[in-house]
Amino acid sequence: MSGMIGKKIGMTSIFDDAGNNIPVTVIEAGPNVVTQVKDADGADGYEAVQLAYGDKRPSRTPMAMEGHFEKAGSGPKRKVREFSKFDREVELGDEVIIEDLFAEGDRVDVVGVSKGKGFQGVVKRHGFSGVGMKTHGQGDRERAPGSIGASSDPSRVFKGMRMAGRMGNQRTKTKNLQIARLIPDQNLILVKGSVPGHKGGFVEIYRKPTS
Amino acid sequence: MATDLMNLVEATQFRDDHPDFKPGDTVTVHVRVVEGDKERIQLFKGVVIRQRGSGANKTFTVRKVSGGIGVERTFPLHSPRIAKIDLDRQGRVRRSKLYFLRDRKGKSARIRERMRDPKS
Repeated sequence: MSGMIGKKIGMTSIFDDAGNNIPVTVIEAGPNVVTQVKDADGADGYEAVQLAYGDKRPSRTPMAMEGHFEKAGSGPKRKVREFSKFDREVELGDEVIIEDLFAEGDRVDVVGVSKGKGFQGVVKRHGFSGVGMKTHGQGDRERAPGSIGASSDPSRVFKGMRMAGRMGNQRTKTKNLQIARLIPDQNLILVKGSVPGHKGGFVEIYRKPTS
Repeated sequence: MATDLMNLVEATQFRDDHPDFKPGDTVTVHVRVVEGDKERIQLFKGVVIRQRGSGANKTFTVRKVSGGIGVERTFPLHSPRIAKIDLDRQGRVRRSKLYFLRDRKGKSARIRERMRDPKS
């Protein structure tokens, strides 16, 4: 799917033409640079386009990556992502802007790294309802997971048992979001609803194939 | 940088055609009502008892007493569904949220008129 790399700016709300107040997430997707075009006939053996976004200090860039960006004629970038089946003809060093791929009303999937929640119990992490009541001698078990298995048969806890642990900070995709507005002058995409991650976090915006 | 972009997005929503009103003022809100495919204007006149929020999300609440029943309505300030706001009377009040008006009626629910702008 074709897509772009952007940066989450924050959330607000806008009024649509009918006067409805709709919640939106503002994503800045500045010109992405094409840093590599992979070809099925070439050395890579498959079709893909590599985009890069977000300026970075050269002193913080490995020399190998610096050379890679130099080939595309761009400075070092912070985020590099590969998009397979890119349905726009692009060449090395081209700049992809939001208008090339997106229009208002289009559906997109947005991928980001969700906010880290730290070590969380099963009620928050897996949506368990907790155990019982506050009275009848179980006042300290309101958010407990309950039983994690049977007794001597099987004598072990099954793999994949949902328990407490680290939550969030994972690659997450929000599907089928609508583009509420495009502001091409500032390279801004306003997507209806929320997207994963904190403000300033990088997100990938994938265009849904039109069906 | 990021806040600049947020302000920029919100600025596209602002309307500057409303009069400057405060809690305690009496206003008439001209609301666009769509019924089927017809649009008409409905008036809602009352005292502003609350303003909250900032930027594009700012709202205000108008309270009126209709047939002995208190009615409150909250409008987004920048909503395109508001055709016009008339400032009918400026009131002198000493707090920003006038929730105490809900418990009062008749004479005790009166608000003194602000004769001149306190700032000037």
